[in-house]
Amino acid sequence: MTDQVIDVTDLRRSYTGGFEAVRGTSFTVGRGELFALLGTNGAGKTSTLEVLEGLARPTGGTVRVLGHDPYRERAAVRPRTGVMLQEGGFPSELTVDETARMWANCTSGARATADVLASVGLSGRGGVRVKQLSGGEKRRLDLAMALIGDPEVLFLDEPTTGLDAEGRRETWDLVRALRDQGTTVLLTTHYLEEAEQLADRLAILHEGRIAATGRVADVVASQPSQISFELPDGYFPGDLPPLAQLGVTGHDVQGRTLRLRTDELQRAATALLTWAKDTGVELRRLDVRAASLEEAFLQIAKDATNEKETVR
Amino acid sequence: MSATATPTTGPRGPGSARSAALTTPACRLLALARAELTLLGRAKGTLFAALFVPLVVPFTMKSTVKNMDLDGTGLSMGSVLLPSAIAFSLLFAVYSALVSVYAARREELVLKRLRTGEVRDVEILAGAALPSVAIGLVQSLVLMGMCAALLDVGTPGAAHYVVLGLLLGLVMFPLLAAVTSIVSRSVESAQVMVMPLLFASLLGSGATLPLEVMPDKLASVCELLPLSPVIALIRGGWTGELGAGEGLRAILIAVAWIALGVFAVKRWFRWEPRR
Repeated sequence: MTDQVIDVTDLRRSYTGGFEAVRGTSFTVGRGELFALLGTNGAGKTSTLEVLEGLARPTGGTVRVLGHDPYRERAAVRPRTGVMLQEGGFPSELTVDETARMWANCTSGARATADVLASVGLSGRGGVRVKQLSGGEKRRLDLAMALIGDPEVLFLDEPTTGLDAEGRRETWDLVRALRDQGTTVLLTTHYLEEAEQLADRLAILHEGRIAATGRVADVVASQPSQISFELPDGYFPGDLPPLAQLGVTGHDVQGRTLRLRTDELQRAATALLTWAKDTGVELRRLDVRAASLEEAFLQIAKDATNEKETVR
Repeated sequence: MSATATPTTGPRGPGSARSAALTTPACRLLALARAELTLLGRAKGTLFAALFVPLVVPFTMKSTVKNMDLDGTGLSMGSVLLPSAIAFSLLFAVYSALVSVYAARREELVLKRLRTGEVRDVEILAGAALPSVAIGLVQSLVLMGMCAALLDVGTPGAAHYVVLGLLLGLVMFPLLAAVTSIVSRSVESAQVMVMPLLFASLLGSGATLPLEVMPDKLASVCELLPLSPVIALIRGGWTGELGAGEGLRAILIAVAWIALGVFAVKRWFRWEPRR
């Protein structure tokens, strides 16, 4: 039996106004896995996460965390999970130490507050009021409180938003270390690089639905690579060898720029360059690009939008 | 619920070897109350209003009470002022202070954050209320002592009514504060939202004007206000003139308000700001 720590089946969530933020998503996260929910603002990441955290009831579908309903069987789940919300949640007039003490006393098996604060680089800031912390320090305090009970499952809602590059790296290192210790992590992010760097698997959310899911490499591999260049003067797309023979699966023209899509980048590029050499033309602004998560992400968003427009 | 956190699957950090002692409600409640007390100590304005108003304002009413026609009501200066003083404590140190506390904690997403942890909903609300309730309790006891010493009110004739009245008030007003905070979008709006109940209570519950000196019809409506049964029990308990029927009626009215408060909080309390 596979050890599924998080199990989401056909989750739907509507708000009182009638807006449906999550429209039937399903995914599972195994023990010790780091799963990223990637999406633009308003894609439904936080709405999904809040149901998993047990803050909200789903409108439809089922959600299980560690085998329990996180909303109705709260007492069974909470001692084993740690949560970092998208923003804030600590009284601004309390100091860091006072906040940590309060949180530790409310958490089963809490670690020593000094150790936890040190692990996020907040040693020596204990006497400072929360309102005087920088944005990055607040995020790190938030992370520390999520970690204080050594949770088996960690929910991180945009953990690095508002951090500078160095703070982001440090948080990544910390999250990686937790994963290596066997902590199951579900994080949301709109930073592609973050998902690429950290996630074992990810799901790209778009308008409340999962547009793509799988290992980072698989999601990327499902997208075509691209070759683009400026057509030499006097040449037209029809002057190229038949595109299908080059292994090209699609193309579009914008002005003088031709963009080819292919699943066999090396074959297509070689054929194209051989043709250019034989014909004696120069391919200006040549750009040969393997599929990346960014391309995949943009393409998925574009496909979904086109699809919607077609339906209309 | 199993207390063992499935140590068989996957390596966990060194922390997992620690005994998984679960926190207790009392421990969580105290942790929240302690933080809340620290915050109260730093909110100088709120603290001043909570401590100063109930201890001073009732005694400024002394001359007004002197001019009241209390003949035939069985009331004296002391038995009018003492319940008023306790009413001021419940209204300012408990009710109005707590509406601001709940609104502020919601605004800062503290309530939402706490709900992600092990603390139960009722513990979050109770923990935040504990310091204010403690202040209300101590204040009421001090006021009773002051009245006994300065106004010659004597000893209560039916002490159990006094105790019951105070306890019902100390449960009811935090609940009403939580209900009022539902419609308070911010700390600023909280200060306006407390006004209706504050005025209704001060004018109609016998806090400044005993119901005994009101016209009968008006008095019978005013008896149903939340603060009225509390005052009736404390005043009647002190003079010893509260009959068993009247006492029971007051208790029932107070319990009905508490039940209504619990229902409203369960049904409509907001744990995070409207977006």
